[in-house]
Amino acid sequence: MAKTESDPGTAGADRELTMSRAMVDAIASEMHADEEVFYMGEDVQDYGGIFDSTQGLLEEFDRDRVMDVPISETAYVGAAVGAAQAGMRPIAEIMFTDFVGVCLDQVYNQMAKNTYMSGSAVNVPMVLTTAVGGTYNDAAQHSQTLYGLFAHLPGMKVVVPSTAYDAKGLMHAAVRDDDPVVYMFHKRLMGIGWMPAPEGPKTPVPEDDYTIPIGEADVKREGSDVTVVTLGLHVHRALEAADELSGDVDVEVVDLQSLVPMDTQTVVESVEKTGRLVVVDEDYQSYGVTGEVTARVAERTPDALEAVERVAVPDVPIPYSRPLENEVNPQVGDVVEAVESVT
Amino acid sequence: MVGVNKLREMYEQMVTAREYEQRLQEAYLEGKEPAFDISAGPIPGELHLAAGHEASAAGVCAHLRVEDTVTAPHRPHHIAIAKGVDLDRMTAEIFGRETGLCKGKGGHMHLFDPDVNFACSGIIAQGCPPAVGAAMAADKRNEDAVAVAFLGEGAVDQGAFLESLNLAAVQNLPVVFVVEDNDWAISMPQPRITDVKTTAQRADGFDMPGIRVDHDDAIAVYEAAGDAIGRARDGNGPTLLDVQVHRRMGHFMGDPQTYRPEDDQERAKRHDSIERLAEDLREHGVDDDELAEIRDRAEQHVADAIEWAREQPEPDPEAAHEDVFVDEPTAASGGDD
Repeated sequence: MAKTESDPGTAGADRELTMSRAMVDAIASEMHADEEVFYMGEDVQDYGGIFDSTQGLLEEFDRDRVMDVPISETAYVGAAVGAAQAGMRPIAEIMFTDFVGVCLDQVYNQMAKNTYMSGSAVNVPMVLTTAVGGTYNDAAQHSQTLYGLFAHLPGMKVVVPSTAYDAKGLMHAAVRDDDPVVYMFHKRLMGIGWMPAPEGPKTPVPEDDYTIPIGEADVKREGSDVTVVTLGLHVHRALEAADELSGDVDVEVVDLQSLVPMDTQTVVESVEKTGRLVVVDEDYQSYGVTGEVTARVAERTPDALEAVERVAVPDVPIPYSRPLENEVNPQVGDVVEAVESVT
Repeated sequence: MVGVNKLREMYEQMVTAREYEQRLQEAYLEGKEPAFDISAGPIPGELHLAAGHEASAAGVCAHLRVEDTVTAPHRPHHIAIAKGVDLDRMTAEIFGRETGLCKGKGGHMHLFDPDVNFACSGIIAQGCPPAVGAAMAADKRNEDAVAVAFLGEGAVDQGAFLESLNLAAVQNLPVVFVVEDNDWAISMPQPRITDVKTTAQRADGFDMPGIRVDHDDAIAVYEAAGDAIGRARDGNGPTLLDVQVHRRMGHFMGDPQTYRPEDDQERAKRHDSIERLAEDLREHGVDDDELAEIRDRAEQHVADAIEWAREQPEPDPEAAHEDVFVDEPTAASGGDD
């Protein structure tokens, strides 16, 4: 196994990867290093994952390590729980995060709780990968992110990469973690041929293994006037908004990367510098990430917080038609507007 | 053919389990009589007792090794005893004590003892997928360990059960599903909730052997389970075992059972698998003195466990904040404080 380095940065990397390639790179490396790591999901063998999450793995590993399973999320996510409790390190994929409804018991009552309910007599070292997000008009049952749902229920760590570099480091960290980690990858960022990614997620990625510690946010752009806290696809929309505003407003963009645990400190330090907070989220607004980030800042540093604005899906299911989806999924213009409203 | 020593072991487990449920019932009711208050008394929470279910657990677990995995449902005590879970620490857990199997965080529906690969889920049928996963792990590691998922007949209409049968079958995994049929899904008798006459028939839909043991008889269970577990251990795939048992008590303590015909509980008590096994032992030349000796030993074992559990400390309330993760996030890793 290549020497592990924690978060070395992209400086020395002489190759650029899409986010999906970087994710697969880490999975393959972990599978080579440890026989106990295996991947299971629907259409992950010959297809390579509907969103390229296992593209190429079958060329390196046999079908016992990269497993197609029946369309029975309860059975195979639960099987991952059982295999993890037996000491293996399974990665199980829920094709669309929206499908968690059919297997939520295994996710929140078994995977997430068995460590606690057993007083740590057992632990569940598995990764649950799942594709999230809209922007391609797949409507209400195939476009959600559900970040808040997973982050709300105790017992699972939750990570959301926004670039190829982050995707690799977070996947290494997730597989090596002794707790269940939900790894939520945004479809629009993966670099899939039929769903072009925006500028940004394709980055230099070092060949060697490295981890991005779970629970660390990343300041993607430094600025002094307004803090924009976001994650996933909207990191890129926030960066675009910051570029548009540059000259007028100096925007700092904080990429949460981990929802559980959340790096409150980095967010608080940024707000203490800027005094103004905008939280941008592709999940529903109420009872979600935007409220949680705002509450933590208000609790920790109430005096620093001069103004706050939330930009999220306005508590409606994701609609189908293009103008309708664009109305509810926060656009670059919405972020610009929110930043302007707090300055 | 089962030997007399194995029968003695099974008998001791069964009388231990029966005695355990009776003594737990008494302890549970302390402070809960005459008016039943679920929050009163030394045992917190709900309590689902398994008197009348002993033969299935003893007959199945008699074939298991320490490395074999068992998952049990919300009614787990007899199965835990048959799998060899530490009775003292299990009892302390049920009393909600710090030295319990799960430090008082799980309780009687969530018993975990990794030393003997025993786990529970309080959600019906949801122990099936993790059992399939344990079998998958054994299969991948080329070990001959097997997994057994226990569930009640009321759970067989759950997707978790049916999905697990299919996954186990298509991957030819070493797992046995044991359905304890006590005729009652809380207040609902089987004919009201399914047209399928016996759960064993459902195996046909998955091209898997389905075996019905329709007498509540430890030897019959032992023989059927021997075939099923042997098949799993030899790499020949899963089996569904459907075992008739008898519910001698309510679904949970405090269940008024007003839905149950008056003679049904008496009928259940007439079919006593423990008495039946005692008869079998007598036929094998074990005399009444020896049977009494086994019963005395079981009673003492149970009394000692309950006495030990009562003496154990309650957990420090601060411990409620621990064990969410084993890799606790630290300030150094950027985790929230």
